[in-house]
Parts: sequence; structure tokens; C-alpha cells
Amino acid sequence: MSSPDPTPEGESRELTMAQAIREAIAEEMRRDSSVFVMGEDVAEAGTPFKVLSGLVEEFGPERVIDTPISEPGFTGMGVGAAMTGRRPVVDIMFGDFLGLVMDQVANQAAKVHYMSGGKLSVPLTIRTTMGASRRSAAQHSQSLHAWVSHIPGLKVVLPSTPYDAKGLMKTAIRDNSPVVFFEDKMNYQQRGQVPVAEYTIPLGVADIKRPGKDVTVIATSSMVLVAMEAAEVLAQEGIECEVVDPRTTVPLDREALINSVGRTTRAVVVDEGHRSYGVGAELAAVVSEGAFYFLDAPVRRLGAMDVPIPFSPVLEDLTVPTVQGLVDTVRELCGRK
Amino acid sequence: MSEIQATPQVTSAESGPDWQRAYRLMLTIRLFEERANDLYQRKIMPGLAHLSSGEEGVAVGVCTALRDNDYITSTHRGHGHCLAKGASADRMFAELLGKAAGYCGGKGGSMHIADQERGNLGANAIVGGSLGIATGAALSIKQRGSDQVAVSFIGDGALGQGVLYEVMNMASLWKLPIIYVCENNLYGEYTASSETIAGRPIERATAFGIPATEVDGQDVRAVYAATAEAVARARSGGGPAFLWCSTYRYFGHHVGDVDRGYYRSREEEQFWREQRDPISLARVWLEADGLVDAASLEELAEEVTHELDAAVEFAVAAPFPNPDQVATDVFA
Repeated sequence: MSSPDPTPEGESRELTMAQAIREAIAEEMRRDSSVFVMGEDVAEAGTPFKVLSGLVEEFGPERVIDTPISEPGFTGMGVGAAMTGRRPVVDIMFGDFLGLVMDQVANQAAKVHYMSGGKLSVPLTIRTTMGASRRSAAQHSQSLHAWVSHIPGLKVVLPSTPYDAKGLMKTAIRDNSPVVFFEDKMNYQQRGQVPVAEYTIPLGVADIKRPGKDVTVIATSSMVLVAMEAAEVLAQEGIECEVVDPRTTVPLDREALINSVGRTTRAVVVDEGHRSYGVGAELAAVVSEGAFYFLDAPVRRLGAMDVPIPFSPVLEDLTVPTVQGLVDTVRELCGRK
Repeated sequence: MSEIQATPQVTSAESGPDWQRAYRLMLTIRLFEERANDLYQRKIMPGLAHLSSGEEGVAVGVCTALRDNDYITSTHRGHGHCLAKGASADRMFAELLGKAAGYCGGKGGSMHIADQERGNLGANAIVGGSLGIATGAALSIKQRGSDQVAVSFIGDGALGQGVLYEVMNMASLWKLPIIYVCENNLYGEYTASSETIAGRPIERATAFGIPATEVDGQDVRAVYAATAEAVARARSGGGPAFLWCSTYRYFGHHVGDVDRGYYRSREEEQFWREQRDPISLARVWLEADGLVDAASLEELAEEVTHELDAAVEFAVAAPFPNPDQVATDVFA
């Protein structure tokens, strides 16, 4: 799989998503001695997905801290350390475990700055995962970015390429607010060009991954790859999709989404969270409200089915948006059925 | 390996804290809470507040053993901790009334007063909610190589929260400079702690290898002594401690909890007020040791009364926040 990024300026090389994330964290740890990593199996194991391999060898166990299996405890400690001069990067191995830490995230991290009238701040980055299709069943497959996107005070990042992942991770670590950074497990081995030179990407700036004039496909995280493949198929039929990746749900680049739909007059949202009450619903609402007078058709939404993610491959594959499903939806939207 | 510690003894004759100051602080907290209750009853204070009258000995005994730059986290019943750590009453009352001059610009209220300059990382309205924050502050202290300590004030109700056991485990593993101060005021909201706590509470700490002490929370000297010992150990890299302080809240769970007959008796309340009051008990030995006399106490009471009345006056007269503040401070 290769990434849809335009070739960046200057010298670059191909990295996997996992390598890009590791490089971002390592660079920030070199740059700022207050940055440290904490979580389950983050040190010698380098996480189950090997994203952090090599960090403990360079920075030592004082800055790459293996914790007990106590997500609320160490996430809460990340909040406290962030409030007192550190920049923790807390690792929540699976996004599903957000269920364990929501008090620390939603009631503590998100609220501290506001409740204190701006006197205290929480420069905390929480890395976690999302995405189904690994045959991991209902408690290791969810995409729960809507939960945290709903809570004011949290920033939420959903990178779709190694290039974006690196630039956004560096910005997340430097941000003075709590940031939840979602990595799609299925994308860790995805390759893409990443510049050798230092760069960052601001939060809240959408990226047009493929320009097109007929329909806007707003896609997040791994769904960007689904959208790019679907756009390829549709291009052969004469339908030009514009694939827009918001990259962060909070802050959200509403203007970019609305402008794109203003040009194309049609929109489909593809997001791997459950279809109901989710990020997809919010993105659809943003363009429905903001581009209403330009729309030639109702905004469509593709998301995970509203069922727990099943184990059996035959069942699981039915639950997440597919290239074929998106192609069919776009055709329908363009009256090409 | 870790044991239940004998309660350390101190007398006022011992060098160290300024006991007159400690007494003054306890009185300040008492009179602050009375005024908070009054502001509620006169419908000047929006919402509710959880008063700590009766628990002054713990707040003051602990904070007397701390430095300005040591951290504390507090609970929903946190006015005493804030004052004992050095917050000023006028800005606290302003916060209670939702005024712009309050510690949090009126955005926090009674349950969220934070005072960064005095190391107060904030009161917390989730029971046990600040345990992670305080223990994380202790981790930060250790990483920075500082000799600060962190204190997490919790109530007996927090013994029911799992996060306590997670952070005590890590604090002990990593020898973090944190002192868990549990105020056992016998009730978690409207339920007696005897109905909610199995086993001997301090054994929860010793199970993690954390030294634990049972302390008479109504004796400010005993609280100070136990804290000072724990603080000295923590500053020198000896790791965490747990203090189980027996105390009592004179008011209800919050200011609106006035009919309490279904969960505790008037006789019990009377016993604590008359026999176990931390301020009265302190007065006895302060007078006996010649540190104060009737005249100086009267003068002190007048001074504190005047100060707090002025603080209330300031807060009542202070303006509310400008509406344009509603959406500031969401992100740093």
C-alpha cells in the first residue's frame, strides 16, 4: 500500500506509518527533555505493534516507562505530570481501553484548563489505536474517536499517512492541551514518503488527498485509503472524486470541507466509527449546514455497522466500509446506477 | 515489609511549626465555612458547597508540614485544604459566588478551586478523581530531581475507587514522593463508612508496601507530626506514605443536607462538636503551654472575623465574568 501524499519538498525516504510515528516521538524526546513515554509494554517490547521499538535503548527506562496494566492510574498520572512541567505521551494500547480511562480523559484532562480559569494546563498526548479487520473481535476493534471528539477541551488527531502521522504527532506533543492521537492498527505497515528535514503539520488543517470536481469524499484515518481506491475506480467511469482528509476532528477545518463541497455539490462521508451518533454524522452535518445551497443531493454517510465488531471474518468484513460500498454510494449520488 | 507506623508524638514545646499560625488557620477555615453556609442560606451563593467544619485539624496539620512549592490535590470538601495551603479568602469567596475575581474566574466554583502559585493543583468533584493527578505530580517531581512532595487529600469514600489501588501500586514501585491523606469523617455522602469499607483501611496501603499511620485528625499536632515524618521520608527518596485520619464533618454532605437523622444521630454530632473539636482541643494545650492567653485569643478571633467579613464583602461586590469569557480557556 502506498500513501497518497504529494511528494514533499526536499529529500525524503519511504517510511512505514509505525516508523514515522516513532521518529516523531524520538525527535521530540531529543528536542525536549520533559517529553516521556508511559504505558503498557512500551519499553523493551516497544508496544505489541512495535511502534516504539528502540526508544528505551536511546532514552532509558526513566523516559520510556513500562507501567502495570492500570490504564486509569497511569493516564491520570500523565495528567498530573503534564500539569507540573512534563510532556507525557501516554500509550493506551487499544482504543477500546478508552472505556477504562474516560474519567481521567473526559473529567480530568479535558476540564483542568477551563475549570482553573486557564491557570493550569495539560500538555498531554494520548496515543491509542482504532480500526477493525484484524479478527480481534468486539473489545479490540472499535473506532471510538467520537467519544473524545465530543468532549470540549480535547484535541483529536486521525492521521492517514506516514507523512501526516509524523508531522501531526510532533505538533500534538508540543501542544499545551491534551491531544488524543488515533492510529489505525491496519495502517502501521502502510508506506509513504517522509521528508528527511524537520517539519510539523498544524492541527485543524484538512488536506485534499486527491482533487476532483464531481463529488467530495470526506474520509478519515484508514478510510482515506478506501476513498483513494474508490476514486481510482470511479475515475475510470468518468466520476472525479475529491478526497478530503480533515486529519483532525478537533479542531475541525470546517471551511475546507464546506469549500470542497461548494465546488463539487455532492458529498459522502466515510469514517470507521459506528454510523450512528458518530464523527461521520458530525462531518455530514457540517457540510449539510455549511454548503446547503450548493448541494445537488443529500449528504451520504458510510460508517461501521451499528453492531459490536464480530470475530468471524465473514461477519467482521460486513461491518466496515469497503471500496465497493463507497463506489456504489458515489455512483448512486451521481445518478449513475 | 512495610508496617503500620506508630503515631508519632509531638508536643508544642518542640521546635518547628508556628502553632499560633496553625490555630489561626483552623479558625479561619471554621469562620470561612460558616460564611459559605450563610451565603447559601441567603441565596447569594449559586449551587451547593461541601463544608469541612470539624476537619480543620487535618488540613492545617498536613499543610503546616509542607512548603509553598509542594503540591496538593483536594476533594469536593476542599475549602480547608485551599486555605491551609495559603489561598486567600477573598478570591475563594469570589469563586464560590461565580465572580470574575475568583481563583478560577468563576468557571470552577466551590469544588474546583486551584491555586497554582501555592502548589494547589485543584479540588476535584469526582471522588478519588485527583489521585492520578497527585501521583503524576509526584512522578514529575522525581523526574525533575526536585525535593518537593505531593499530597493527595482524599476522603474515606475514595477507598471504594479502584484508581487508588492502581496509583498506590505505582507510587510504591517507583518510590514516588507522595502522601495519601485520607480523611475518615465516617460518612460517604449519606452512608456510614462502616457499611462500605471492609477490612482495616490502612492495611490497603501496607499491602503495597506503603508505610501507613492511623492519626487522630482532631489533634493538629498529631497530624503535623505524622505528616512531617512522611514528608521527610518522601523528600529523601523513601517513597510514599498513607495517613488515615479520623475526623468528623459537622455539617451535612453539602449545605443543603440538613435533615440527617436517617444516617446519623444528633448525639453523635454533639459528641464530636463538644468533645472532639480540633480548635477547642488546640486551645487547651496552647493555653497550657503559654503560647496564647484568653486576651490574645479574643484579639485573634476579632481579627479573623474582620478579615473574613471583608472577604465576603469583596466577593459580593465583585462583578460576574464578562459573557465573552464563556468560550475562553477551553484550550491552552
